Amino acid sequence: MAQALESDPEVEMILGMGTREPSVALERTEFVRADQTYSILSRIVRATQVDTIVHTFLVVDSTRASARALHEINVIGTMNLLAAAGQTASPVRQVVVKSSTLVYGSAATDPVWFREEMSRTSPARTRVERSLLEVEGLVRDFAEDNPATVVTVLRFANVLGTDIVTPISANLSRSLCPSVAGYDPLLQFVEEDDVVRCLEHVTRHRVPGLYNVAGAGKLPWSEVAAMVGTRLLPIPPVATQSVAAPMVRLGLIDFPPELGDLLRYGRGVDTSRLAKTGFTCRYTSAGTVENFIRALRLRRSVGKPPASYTYEQDIEQFFRHSSAVVPISGET
Amino acid sequence: MTPVATGKETAQREQRASLVPLPRPIDETIEGERLSDVDEWGRSEHTRALARRLYAPLYKHWFRVEWEGLEKIPKTGGALLVANHAGAIPSDAPVIMHGIEEELGRPVYGLADYFFREAPWIGTMWARAGGVPAHPDNARRILRDQGQLVLVFPEGTKGPSKTYTDRYRLRRFGRGGFIEIAMRAGVPVIPIAVVGAEESMPILFRVPRLAKLIGVPYFPVTANMLAFGPLGLGLYFPAKFKLRVLDPVTFNVPPAQERYSKSRVMEEAETIRMHLQETLYEMLRERRSVWFG
Repeated sequence: MAQALESDPEVEMILGMGTREPSVALERTEFVRADQTYSILSRIVRATQVDTIVHTFLVVDSTRASARALHEINVIGTMNLLAAAGQTASPVRQVVVKSSTLVYGSAATDPVWFREEMSRTSPARTRVERSLLEVEGLVRDFAEDNPATVVTVLRFANVLGTDIVTPISANLSRSLCPSVAGYDPLLQFVEEDDVVRCLEHVTRHRVPGLYNVAGAGKLPWSEVAAMVGTRLLPIPPVATQSVAAPMVRLGLIDFPPELGDLLRYGRGVDTSRLAKTGFTCRYTSAGTVENFIRALRLRRSVGKPPASYTYEQDIEQFFRHSSAVVPISGET
Repeated sequence: MTPVATGKETAQREQRASLVPLPRPIDETIEGERLSDVDEWGRSEHTRALARRLYAPLYKHWFRVEWEGLEKIPKTGGALLVANHAGAIPSDAPVIMHGIEEELGRPVYGLADYFFREAPWIGTMWARAGGVPAHPDNARRILRDQGQLVLVFPEGTKGPSKTYTDRYRLRRFGRGGFIEIAMRAGVPVIPIAVVGAEESMPILFRVPRLAKLIGVPYFPVTANMLAFGPLGLGLYFPAKFKLRVLDPVTFNVPPAQERYSKSRVMEEAETIRMHLQETLYEMLRERRSVWFG
């Protein structure tokens, strides 16, 4: 995201924040290490007079964080972020929040395509879904209290790509991939690059509102597995979680509760509202899966490519602030 | 740790953006190659074709289906087909879908209870064969946006779950949801009267306790079970099928409204129900034999 923004000369300055150091080379992004709840953010906002905050740090994968960490990061982190953005005389003009279509859940009573104004048809039972709903509630309140600030919430479908690791991508990378026996749900995917492009689009054009983001079309899970070349491991439709639990323990599969629902009923979201703002994903759902396979094949052949870049605080500081660095100009 | 950044400093470094020229995304969509023909509703034309091939002998030789007024179903554009619903495992839905797809060459999407989607294996097969969960938004998309034919049974499960003593007596037409669907989509409702389904698998009595236990809407004990034993679960009696398509009903209301007058909706639903009921009685008056028509 920061890399994409850097190439835009209209953007005066970019400030990155995270709990870990960035893993890509950033030319002119200032980076701050913070704790996971962003408690320092209100000071930073005051000190730097940022006008746009892009909140991409929500955890949408419950296998990557404990229940407590999930709550801290998603709910408390967002609260701090919004508090910082909403303080008196706040310079913040836009807040972009990267949410997930997990907020719609996955149930038999669902419509085939969810529009943004529809709400889920079954109560949220999983931790990550509940926390995301809470976060979106916070953002809604914030938007109501700060009508002058542009608030954008993007709900992304299942992300697949070269780098990102999700329970779905992890499962597809193995030779056996779980499914729920008797079900073959239709799924929708969005490509990593499209995620970045979309964040960039709404930030640059200051698009307010709530949007679904997904590639066009839907694929049955069996077809996804066939495309990737993995075999399906059917888990019985009754006592699904208990049967899956030991296999999860052994590291054979990833099977968070929200995936259990998804692999029964699937999910589709309508992206026509986003299309009206002038953005459509480059990759269709099938294209996303195909791109994922290509990346997977490469990784299988050459192993994980070594990190091309390591962040060194001192060196970065030198490049950015030393008067010894000569800015090169005159290039296009 | 807090970076010190002032406007002056950033202004000096503005040029440096051009140091890292990132490849800008090309504006072409990447489609990807599909392996199956499953559409957004879960329907597969391959599966449909296979189902039609398997069903054809049953349609022709077992039920000996006869249509009347098939020309009233439009060749293009959306329309909502409604019919009476009967038989423990309703035999009318496949007959209507098969008939229209064979005769008119148009796909028919069947709206049905969520129960189907929940049931493993059955739900998947049902979706591949053209079943869609009866959500108003699904209906609107298929009818209005895609201009397809949609089949719905307004009686819902109350139709097929009724016992043989109540045969050909239409149940309540839900809450008139099908009228709202048609109004919203701006398509006509085309009623179809079906004779024969009742006798193909008549219900003698129901076992509500067992239904609750295994989580199905109703558990019937059918005459077929008594006659054929376990085979009776899926084997129909060879009742003669006759279908009569009634005149399309249009409503002079603007489409895509949030809400429609409930009294108007209920009135239209009741009119269609009465008309369908009358037609059924009329067809039964003309019928000489259950088996030969």
